Amino acid sequence: MFGKLSWSAIPFDQPIPLVTGAVVLVAILAVLLWVVVRGHLPYLWREWITSVDHKRIGVMYTLLACLMLLRGFADAIMMRAQLTMAYRSDGFLPPEHYNQIFSAHGTIMIFFVAMPFVIGLMNLVVPLQLGIRDVAFPTLNSVGFWLTATGALLVNISLVVGEFARTGWLPYPPLSELTYSPGVGVDYYLWSLQISGVGTLVAGINLVTTVLKIRTRGMTYMRMPMFCWTTLASNLLIVAAFPILTATLAMLILDRYLGFHFFTNEAGGNMMMFMNLIWAWGHPEVYILVLPAFGIFSEVVSTFSGKPLFGYRSMVLATMSICIISFMVWLHHFFTMGAGPNVNAIFGIASMIIAVPTGVKIYNWLFTMFGGRIRFTTPMMWSIGFMVTFIIGGLTGVLVAVPPVDFLLHNSLFLVAHFHNVIIGGVLFGAFAGYTYWFPKAFGFRLQERYGKAAFWLWLVGFYVAFMPLYAVGFLGMTRRMQHYDVAEWRPWLMVAGVGAVIILAGIICQIMQLVVSIRDRELLRDETGDPWDGRSLEWAVSSPPPVFNFAVMPDVTSEDAYWAMKRRTKDEGVAKEPNYKPIELPRNSPTGFVCAFFATVMGFAMIWHIWWMVAAGFVGAFATFVVFAWRDHDEYEIPAGEVARIDRANRAARHDLITAAGSM
Amino acid sequence: MSIAVAHDDPTHLGVLAKVVHEGPASKRVVTGYGFWIFLLSDIVMFSCFFAAYAVLSGQTAGGPTGAQLFNLKSVAIETACLLLSSFTCGMASIAAEERNRFWFQVAMGVTCIFGLAFLWIEFHEFADLVARGAGPSRSAFLSAFFTLVGCHGGHVSAGILWLLTMMAQVLAKGFRADILRRLLCFALFWHALDIIWVAVFSVVYLLGSAA
Repeated sequence: MFGKLSWSAIPFDQPIPLVTGAVVLVAILAVLLWVVVRGHLPYLWREWITSVDHKRIGVMYTLLACLMLLRGFADAIMMRAQLTMAYRSDGFLPPEHYNQIFSAHGTIMIFFVAMPFVIGLMNLVVPLQLGIRDVAFPTLNSVGFWLTATGALLVNISLVVGEFARTGWLPYPPLSELTYSPGVGVDYYLWSLQISGVGTLVAGINLVTTVLKIRTRGMTYMRMPMFCWTTLASNLLIVAAFPILTATLAMLILDRYLGFHFFTNEAGGNMMMFMNLIWAWGHPEVYILVLPAFGIFSEVVSTFSGKPLFGYRSMVLATMSICIISFMVWLHHFFTMGAGPNVNAIFGIASMIIAVPTGVKIYNWLFTMFGGRIRFTTPMMWSIGFMVTFIIGGLTGVLVAVPPVDFLLHNSLFLVAHFHNVIIGGVLFGAFAGYTYWFPKAFGFRLQERYGKAAFWLWLVGFYVAFMPLYAVGFLGMTRRMQHYDVAEWRPWLMVAGVGAVIILAGIICQIMQLVVSIRDRELLRDETGDPWDGRSLEWAVSSPPPVFNFAVMPDVTSEDAYWAMKRRTKDEGVAKEPNYKPIELPRNSPTGFVCAFFATVMGFAMIWHIWWMVAAGFVGAFATFVVFAWRDHDEYEIPAGEVARIDRANRAARHDLITAAGSM
Repeated sequence: MSIAVAHDDPTHLGVLAKVVHEGPASKRVVTGYGFWIFLLSDIVMFSCFFAAYAVLSGQTAGGPTGAQLFNLKSVAIETACLLLSSFTCGMASIAAEERNRFWFQVAMGVTCIFGLAFLWIEFHEFADLVARGAGPSRSAFLSAFFTLVGCHGGHVSAGILWLLTMMAQVLAKGFRADILRRLLCFALFWHALDIIWVAVFSVVYLLGSAA
């Protein structure tokens, strides 16, 4: 009846997951209870869960990322604590638990923190920057988000029901095959990523179509803000790379469920094919994450330097080059496979070539700042911190791109230090910069600066204290994923790294405090005009938070930095005449995404535990949801012209005050 | 598009600087374009299964090879069914363009029958192989074969579910604009499956029988 599922799946003998699970469960139930008792449920359902508004979906993506960041960081600090203790002893985490923790940490941080963070920001901002009212496929957008949330949910269920993979964040065979991983851990990994992968693909198709097909009038390619360009590049990579992940994981699923021989030791299977396929997705994935971050830095640096982005065209070219070259370097993840010196040399050189467009970008940001009147706000601090940190990470990357050096450092903590250097210093700092920069746009009030700056410094210092020692122990020969060790020279470095993790924890606490304090003082931090930073692109032309239709009248774009040009024009020629307001058609809310994700969760869980009748039920439910969605007769509603005029007049009045008050911009 | 006058062009970039963007594309264009992007991603997925098949096609682990297993005659019939179904699918598109419900339903019905015939033959081929001890777990070659061909068959099955849904929608609601957009996507999907089948036929069956 319930497949492999029985009471023994609950880890009653392991206090850490059990207590954590219980606490989280109680917290969730308490929040749910509060929501229901205070009568917020209808609001939540109407305004958020069924919303197809790109801004709401963007916020939900980002919220998911922030919550999962806490989970992923909890794993991180447990690992660091373990390694400060586990010198000639077993520490406090048994090996099978430790292995699950590092696997879950990597999986969660990449798929459920970094991905939803950048996709959330893209969803929130890109339609506004393009001057349009929504993404190309609003309902599909909601489906994508909820499927991502399903994946995150399944990973977290594995904490208390069964176990998670012990194979690392990429389940290399033959370890991940049924012979060596007979439990449900790898299955949890596989199904949560298959489901969230579909969600990511949907988001990618949606954003590519949005950028290429529905820009406002006059928004030619070479007038798009840089963030739109990097969004385009990143989502092209999603469309081209995520199907590879889907296919690869499908092959592993077939091996595990139906006795196929893609990657097995027996019957002609080829496990190196897995490494090739997974990294053909995995390397582009790195750029899927970091390109949007590059876009965020471009916006932030240009805004707070008060200058147009230096070398806009070279920045576009660099972005698209990275987009293409990122598909030609995957083999550098396994130089030690034995592909031969010629193949290794080609991939080594290709990997180093990526440093060229990246270098172009760094110089462009520096020259944007050069001669500018720089305002050192929190987003700007993250950006400068990024430039310094990312250069170090990039240089160690060029180092391991040299095959002979890689033979020395392969799978050592040097590598771990390198990719945390680029992912924390690049992606995460970018996400935090974007979070602070666009927070007022999403919610109508700024985040408090003092806690923001404290969080920045703690993260920056914490990062260096936590990861520079790992470069050193990597050189001293320590391999990754060790549960305990007995080399005395490593110990001091690992103790320092543990201190670094604690400093980062303080940074995270500051971020939580920043949010709490900012919500408390929101009237003080209110963004009245919709343009709190004296911005340059169109998202600042609407009020904060923007009305559901974004733009009362679709803006006409005549140059780069569209909103900056509008402000100039207004100064020279006075405020433009009130436009002729027309009624606006918008897509209706739809529970399709949520219901679909419900059935996907049921199906995924049933697959993991081999409950076949439930799989069938989930499939039928999901199909029925689509048919019901396709059957509805009214998928749009209209906002009358009078209502549009009322909302827009308020925005124009606030903006008029701002422009007449500001003497020089 | 207006061609710029020379004195209007301080950057001297000529026509390039004067590219005019007319604003968002129509819903039909956006939907079709988005679906094309999806199809491209689907083709990337198939290319992985093709690559896996190419890597593993010699790994028979002492078991039967393609030349011993494939029956080109039934594959030829399969191919004919699928190609004809693409033709009738095109007919259905024309009928929808003409807003002719009767011929639309007939053409879709025939497309469905051809699709089912294709699946029936494929199912028999698979069942026969399994019965002869050449199932997917026999060797890496057979794993890759069953996955690649089965993935295409899975797509055809999903396509038939979609086809029946579209027939029902047109029956119940007629040729509404949103339903016509869905029909456009369905037609793209069905024709794309044909293209993939041509690759399957050449790479798996023709090359496999020759070896």
